[in-house]
Amino acid sequence: MPKSELELPYRIEVLSVLDETGHLDQALEPELTPEMLPRLHRTMLLGRRFDERMLSLQRQGRIGTFPPIKGQEASQLGAVAALEANDWMVPCFREMVAQLWRGARLENFLLYYAGFDEAVAIGAEQHDLPVSIPVASQLPHAVGLAWSIKYRNQPQVAMTFFGDGATSEGDFHEALNFASVFQLPVVFVCQNNQWAISIPRHRQTHSRTLAQKALAYDMPGIQVDGNDLLAVFRAAREAVERARGGGGPTLIECVTYRMSVHTTADDPSRYRTDAEVEEWVKRDPLERFQRYCIDKGVLDQTRIEQLEQEIAAEIQEAVGRAEAKMKQEPDPMDLFEHMYDQLPRTLVEQREAFTRQLAAEREEARHG
Amino acid sequence: MAKMTMVQALNLALRQRMEADDSVIVLGEDVGRDGGVFRVTDGLIDQFGENRSVDTPLAESAIVGMGIGMAVFGLRPVCEMQFSGFSYQAFHQIESHAARLRRRSRGRFTVPMVVRAPYGGGVRALEHHSESREAFYAHIPGLKMVIPSGPRNARALLVSAIEDPDPVIFFEPKAVYRAFREEVPEAEERLPLSRSQLVREGRHVTLVAYGAMVRPTLEAADQLQAHSGIEAEVIDLLTISPIDDELFTASVKKTGHAVVVHEAPKSFGPGAEIIARMMEKSFYYLEAPIIRVTGYDTMFPLFAREQWYLPNARRIARAVQETLKH
Repeated sequence: MPKSELELPYRIEVLSVLDETGHLDQALEPELTPEMLPRLHRTMLLGRRFDERMLSLQRQGRIGTFPPIKGQEASQLGAVAALEANDWMVPCFREMVAQLWRGARLENFLLYYAGFDEAVAIGAEQHDLPVSIPVASQLPHAVGLAWSIKYRNQPQVAMTFFGDGATSEGDFHEALNFASVFQLPVVFVCQNNQWAISIPRHRQTHSRTLAQKALAYDMPGIQVDGNDLLAVFRAAREAVERARGGGGPTLIECVTYRMSVHTTADDPSRYRTDAEVEEWVKRDPLERFQRYCIDKGVLDQTRIEQLEQEIAAEIQEAVGRAEAKMKQEPDPMDLFEHMYDQLPRTLVEQREAFTRQLAAEREEARHG
Repeated sequence: MAKMTMVQALNLALRQRMEADDSVIVLGEDVGRDGGVFRVTDGLIDQFGENRSVDTPLAESAIVGMGIGMAVFGLRPVCEMQFSGFSYQAFHQIESHAARLRRRSRGRFTVPMVVRAPYGGGVRALEHHSESREAFYAHIPGLKMVIPSGPRNARALLVSAIEDPDPVIFFEPKAVYRAFREEVPEAEERLPLSRSQLVREGRHVTLVAYGAMVRPTLEAADQLQAHSGIEAEVIDLLTISPIDDELFTASVKKTGHAVVVHEAPKSFGPGAEIIARMMEKSFYYLEAPIIRVTGYDTMFPLFAREQWYLPNARRIARAVQETLKH
């Protein structure tokens, strides 16, 4: 057979709706209802202020290590805003704003990062998985949920989040491959924040985009300006509608930036310059969306100031409630909770030994 | 009652659970059209279709990871690892998620999933096809680790594993798959995933074994009885974790002597756990050091030498005579 070429009709869409200079492409502007816009803005602002407050609490030693989301508000909020409440959301660990939108409570973030297991409680009606720390390992779970949705013929979709680093993991490729082979209703949202701790995006993959990794699986891949909430929402809504309509999975790459540290245990001065961060500050997603809302007439400076006060008070109350709980000694017996449906005898014995040990320690403490 | 091999008995368990409950889904490599490389899932695709007996792409992590998502949704996935030697590619899904999701979600999400995998030597196989690494899984909190020894208990344990609300790793001794037949009743039977079984009564020494090692252990017991009048009590562990230490500690209190048998490597193997519990709970009844008859802390050899690696009735009988010298 002579040498020939197989032409594959592949392309990567790159989407921007509202750029950093404030230029709006009206033809691409998604329809967001007048009720939706202020809700999105408020959640974004709340996320930003809460993130700042958590960082300060961590620096004061009042909570433990946590991963700030600063700079990534639009890329995660724009994506989850396209979901219905009973769609499945499968996060990694840097989706605080998305989780707030989905009904998570401020004080639970504080308690979780202060080391209290009980803070991860998920409401019976919520379709949100808990955070998943091992990178990319949650993607196959979204695939399993989507497989089940299809099997049970439910009108749901699953959406999962991960970073640029995750695209190097085997689970990323396995999940995309399974989702494509079974044509499942799942949306893969990559928050490409340019850094996987100290490894820059170009050392993570030689590919020009992360979105193009979808092409190997014959799935639509789109790269969007992740600091443009309108672009992210537009792409996510299209992917969710396609998934719900039986059109299979989509990979969305949100090009964004981690303006803060990887976690509070990280020192970015070892691997990146302030000048680089400054460049991205100019593309701040919050500022951009706020200006859009003002232009749309759903927000003005007075309302923003009012909101800042409301949000400060809301955060303060949450910190108060969380710290009141932190002051109480956690129940040590919780170690043995939620291990199995029924605690096996081997664990019952260990729990009994632990109870005796605690009693002995309390007795010793009483007698000095 | 029909006489069945372990492969047929496992197939019966899957078929009846799938008939009773449409949330039971079998998935893995070659489990559908091919019926599994050992034919454990044979015919399921014809009876239940390709949505219930799912041929997946070749990726162990995604098979188990997808199973976790299915279980969270409310299905009861039964994932097949073609050989336990390939299950390590799914290890982090099992350790990081299957075992932890109940705790991590404070009980909101559970993982009622079974991961089946053929394990063990003695079938003249290639590298990675003969190991016994049950200790890896037995060491993980939040899991159950089960190993049947014969057709009838394999069927009953698999039914229980599928119905269990928590994740179960289910290792199948491939040396036993077609080695012998047993009567297996048509009506579903269940065995608790927390109980060992007394399979031979005796008063001189306690032998603890599981999986493919139960048969050579019983053979050794018969030889000892016939040639030396030694009456060995044999306990089949059935569930490795959570371990049932009641039966074997009670037995040691009666016999004062014990030998523990497994084909897994000696150091840090299940035998170490069994003996530690004998020391904790029946120390004052022991009359001699406990002996382990196990695989060596070496690579499992290619099969020309596997007979020297695997414990057999002679090695077990010698260990019994050794411990009874005291």
